[in-house]
Amino acid sequence: MAPERPRIVLAKLGFDGHDRGLKVVARTLRDAGMEVVYLGLRQTPEAVASVVEQEDADAVGISMHNASHLTLAPAMVEALRALGLDAPVVVGGIIPERDADELRAAGVAAVLGPGASAREVVEAVRGAVAARR
Amino acid sequence: MDRGHPVGETAEPTDPRRAWQEAYGRSPLRDVPFETMSGVPVEPVYGDPPYPGQYPYTRGVYPSMYRSRLWTMRMFAGFGSADDTNRRFKELLRAGGTGLSTAFDMPTLLGADSDSPGARGEVGRAGVAVDTLVDVQDLFAGIDLSAVSTSMTVNGPAAILLAMYVAAAEASGVARRELGGTIQNDILKEYQAQKEYIFPPRPSVRLVTDTIAFTAAEMPRWHPVSISGYHIREAGSTAAQELAFTLANGFAYVEAATAAGLDVDAFAPRLSFFFNCHNDFFEEIGKLRAARRIWARWMRERYGARDERSLLCRFHTQTAGVSLTATQPEVNIARVAIQALAAALGGTQSLHTDAFDEALALPSDRAARIALRTQQVIAHETGVANVADPLGGSGYVEWMTDELERQAEEVFDHLLATGGGSVLEGVYEGIESGWFVGRIAEASYAYERDVNEGRRIVVGVNAFTEGNEDRVDDVLRIDPAVEEYQLQRLARVRSARDPGAVAAALRALGECAADPARNLMPPLIDAVRAHATEGEIVGALQAVFGGYVERIVV
Repeated sequence: MAPERPRIVLAKLGFDGHDRGLKVVARTLRDAGMEVVYLGLRQTPEAVASVVEQEDADAVGISMHNASHLTLAPAMVEALRALGLDAPVVVGGIIPERDADELRAAGVAAVLGPGASAREVVEAVRGAVAARR
Repeated sequence: MDRGHPVGETAEPTDPRRAWQEAYGRSPLRDVPFETMSGVPVEPVYGDPPYPGQYPYTRGVYPSMYRSRLWTMRMFAGFGSADDTNRRFKELLRAGGTGLSTAFDMPTLLGADSDSPGARGEVGRAGVAVDTLVDVQDLFAGIDLSAVSTSMTVNGPAAILLAMYVAAAEASGVARRELGGTIQNDILKEYQAQKEYIFPPRPSVRLVTDTIAFTAAEMPRWHPVSISGYHIREAGSTAAQELAFTLANGFAYVEAATAAGLDVDAFAPRLSFFFNCHNDFFEEIGKLRAARRIWARWMRERYGARDERSLLCRFHTQTAGVSLTATQPEVNIARVAIQALAAALGGTQSLHTDAFDEALALPSDRAARIALRTQQVIAHETGVANVADPLGGSGYVEWMTDELERQAEEVFDHLLATGGGSVLEGVYEGIESGWFVGRIAEASYAYERDVNEGRRIVVGVNAFTEGNEDRVDDVLRIDPAVEEYQLQRLARVRSARDPGAVAAALRALGECAADPARNLMPPLIDAVRAHATEGEIVGALQAVFGGYVERIVV
């Protein structure tokens, strides 16, 4: 059964500092009743996975803005698997549609493009958490 | 006001009208008819004083504005390796360009080498990869650096890139005095908005003042800082916050440079600005007019500038990337055109129009061309370049200008209060306490909430969504092989250089860093000449300066 109050770890991977979208997402998810662990900038997939383990989080949200998503988002999925975790990874940001297909094939649970509404963000996270349980 | 009255007709020699007319008379004019499409001649300016080119420059920094020279249409290039970007530069120069504008990749902007673990996936993706002097030499190979002006969009490691540019030019026989261009080098806005910082704020500002002092003494054609509100706005600020934070950062650099012993008039004429232009047409025009007025007044009254050129807020403008939608991206062409028109009506000196597909990826060639064409339509077909400050005297625009100035002054009051009478100290305090990022996050969340709740309409996002389902897949992709290629280039430099010379240069750099009275530029130039990598140079500085982790404010 999906948790009433899912706990999600949010982070920016790599060097990209565009954190406007992720900060809005953090507040949106909190307003929707989720528990948000916001790690901020310059995280590595391994560091994020380790926080997911420590916090027993239900999901991971990463935001990608500078064309490194095809490398870093699959690396995030791999880092979780390496620790034996099945928390779903939700990716948002500047992601062309055909890259989104590739990310989903690499195990990303949901991809949110620019312009995704607050409702779509909340539904994507709830949906990803529910599908995992 | 006497709308349409030709300026200067019945004036005394000392009055503003006559003074303006004399200055206008000395200005060279473009060889085009200054008339309406119906053939009616138009005056160079309408309305009341102050006129363009007159203090406080609300109406423009030059008496003749675009009648003498259109704004510079400056587009941005940089991707992949140095040779990839060099080819693109040469195409732009063949096409008649005289200025280059360089985008660097994220590892370069963060002071990391391409082979550092954090760089994976980001090498050459969102700009060109630069690790050593060899990369800068290849980037500009075959280009006469005394004949072009080069803009480099880099902040944290700006002093290092400037050192590489000087060393590359001198290796090709061009003296540093002959070099013209701009490094963005605005570190304060990085802590407030763009987050590409390397060192803590205070030593970072020392790097900025060292570049200001060095270029003032040795590179008279160089612009050492482009004080940038663009990124503050993109991070979600309001127009008033963009205006206030940007000018405050400008005041902070002036205070830092004068505290380091420089005369304000020795460097202020080389400071320039970079603003965003968003969708609210009149608010943006008011913002740009207010920026000129505030800067002139503060420079004269508070910082004691006597050279008129120190008072001029000259700026580049870019249309708002954040306003572009990924759905129905062609609609962005309309947004960009309206934003660019506001920038021209606001009197910008230089303009970069965004490509319609930038909410999806770096611009495709076709989208970049349409963006440039949009500027050309505004410049050559609409008539807005015929008359300076065409909206000056409009009740609404004058009120908007006053209102934005008032809001900005409130921010300056806050910074002066928290900084004990110093804007520089107030900015440091606002960075360290998270005040700037908090204010920006609040504004951006409020905006998104309004969009989500439908109180604010965004075409193709929360209204008029038919057509949103069309997929756009024709976007630019960077070949991932570029990363491997750059790693090979870097490995070649590392194996060919003299390790003893590198170690000695880095040691000398560290010693200089430890002595705030010395200028870092000379040892930086020595280090890049020894082929120290950017990451090694940053490491040597970080050993003295430390790193920086921002206080998290959500």
